[in-house]
Amino acid sequence: METKLLTQHYDKPEYQSLKGYQKLGGYEALKKAFSMKPQDIITEVKNAGLRGRGGAGFSTGMKWSFLPNNNEPRYLLCNADEGEPGTFKDRVMMERAPHQLIEGMIISAFAINSKKSYIYIRGEYMAPIKIVEKAIREVYDAGLLGKNILGSGFDHDMDVYRGAGAYIVGEETGLISSLEGKKGQPKLKPPFPAVQGYLKKPTIVNNVETLATVPWIITNGASEYKKYGTEKSPGTKLFSVSGNINKPGVYEVPLGIPFKDFLQNECGGMKPGYELKALIPGGSSCPVLTRDEALKSTMDYECMSQLGSMLGSGGVIIIDDKQCMVDLLNILMNFYHHESCGQCTPCREGTGWMNKITTSLLTKNGKLEDISLLHKIASHMLGTTICALSDAAAMPVMSFVTKFRDEFEYYAKEKRSKVKGDVHYAQAHH
Amino acid sequence: MSLTLPPESKSYIQKELKRYETKESALIPALFEAQKVFGLITPEVIDLLSKEMDIPTSRVNEVFEFYTMFNKSKVGKYHIQVCTNISCSMVGAREYMQALCEKLNVKPCEVTADGKFSVSTAECLGSCGTAPMAEVTSRDADEYHENLKINEIDKFLGKFK
Ligand SMILES: Cc1cc2nc3c(=O)[nH]c(=O)nc-3n(C[C@H](O)[C@H](O)[C@H](O)COP(=O)(O)O)c2cc1C
Ligand code: SF4
Ligand code: FES
Repeated sequence: METKLLTQHYDKPEYQSLKGYQKLGGYEALKKAFSMKPQDIITEVKNAGLRGRGGAGFSTGMKWSFLPNNNEPRYLLCNADEGEPGTFKDRVMMERAPHQLIEGMIISAFAINSKKSYIYIRGEYMAPIKIVEKAIREVYDAGLLGKNILGSGFDHDMDVYRGAGAYIVGEETGLISSLEGKKGQPKLKPPFPAVQGYLKKPTIVNNVETLATVPWIITNGASEYKKYGTEKSPGTKLFSVSGNINKPGVYEVPLGIPFKDFLQNECGGMKPGYELKALIPGGSSCPVLTRDEALKSTMDYECMSQLGSMLGSGGVIIIDDKQCMVDLLNILMNFYHHESCGQCTPCREGTGWMNKITTSLLTKNGKLEDISLLHKIASHMLGTTICALSDAAAMPVMSFVTKFRDEFEYYAKEKRSKVKGDVHYAQAHH
Repeated sequence: MSLTLPPESKSYIQKELKRYETKESALIPALFEAQKVFGLITPEVIDLLSKEMDIPTSRVNEVFEFYTMFNKSKVGKYHIQVCTNISCSMVGAREYMQALCEKLNVKPCEVTADGKFSVSTAECLGSCGTAPMAEVTSRDADEYHENLKINEIDKFLGKFK
């Protein structure tokens, strides 16, 4: 079922270079785009139904059309911060096909009339940073960036910005703060970045995968793109899969395929001796699904939302029967507590409490009431803060304690894991 | 003796100051450079950068404090960070981390007696399908090491001279 619209040439090392990319049809979409009106490019992307691949799944064409209709300078920022646990597709895209991203960005910049773009890459991604920087140099040398690109009259400059370690910078307004040389703290919305973003100028923030999909849509057209996927989730998506499966990795499949088939065919099934217990379908912020829910799910935005979860970033985390859900939730709470930027009380305090409570369960100090308390704290963290990190921390908690309550109760009563027994966790968290 | 930046670092920082739309955007690159040169960013280094970049020390410090890649305590020549977030822990990253600490005879965040290694945990590094994994940083390199195995720890450590 793998359907390689974007990843067709990913196994060819020469695809990384400008020459190799061009030989395989690269930058033809850009030429075509320059023969179109910017507004028509936006319409094409809108008609294709492309939804943002960074997590929220918002219509890309729609987002672009929120920009003010004037000549004010505006920025295009590519979000390559990729920090959501379980997610590693953007890294693969930048390493294998840096020019696909760059071409998508030039087309998108032309569509929204932006003269300057940045690719904000998380600081730990040294390998992708070097590859993308080299690709940008090649593109400048070939006259595909800079002044009057391909005689179109369109000028555009592009640069890479290296982050320095902070999950919250993946949130688009946090990313903007960071790029401005400040602490990477999110900003209150509205104003939305499309109206007032980087340096208070209209700004579009898009994920790597979103932008890298644009050349395909321009080359093949919206109606061709919609032949893949479902009505509400058109096209293909890259999923990064991890856990105790035979073939972890990144796979591009049409949206809407049954998870069951995906697990069997692309992922090669569970490792011998392991059974599927649960699924986090789209990165650590998405509510967990039980085995039964997972096996009847299809991998698209609407099914995941019907099941009370999200497709998110496409970070598919496969949880097997040897895992203790109390332990896994504690790992996540430790993470969100560490990554909360601290501006909002419900998020700062809530993540702290939830981390403390899950830790106390693991250290045999938990009480039965703690389980309801966890749920209650989480429910107060929804929708009350500057950014969605608070929700991202609360939603897993609510789903874990609701769907795997027996494991939490067992820990509270018996002071040991229902799954792992009396374990000493190899490593206490920081 | 007061600290000074080597000429190549100075010119790098001056270039970064002009590279972005605002000069404050050069703080992250400058802090990375300073960390490479001095190993650890002390209050004196913050002062030095503040003067070099003509940006108030409070601004330099705020950026330094915010990001995890700027070390807040001493690290070894090779700083090994093992991801212990969800996907990695499910396939044995914590056991690997423990074995590594035992091998080097250190606790997380400590430096070996010879100053060569330090080990700490890290949050998801975007390498969840090739876990356990570690990011190893040193003056000259910053690399991912993937598909680590406990019975290959000697071989892994042998890569670092
Ligand atoms: C806490 C948090 C972390 C996020 N991290 C990322 C990230 O690493 N990469 C990303 O593309 N989007 C991330 N997002 C989503 C961005 O805010 C934004 O919606 C996205 O970059 C928009 O691009 P898209 O429309 O192409 O998806 C994050 C959101 C939140 C709340
Ligand atoms: S919700 Fe949390 S991470 Fe987001 S701005 Fe508020 S405190 Fe910071
Ligand atoms: S969870 Fe360890 S690299 Fe992602």
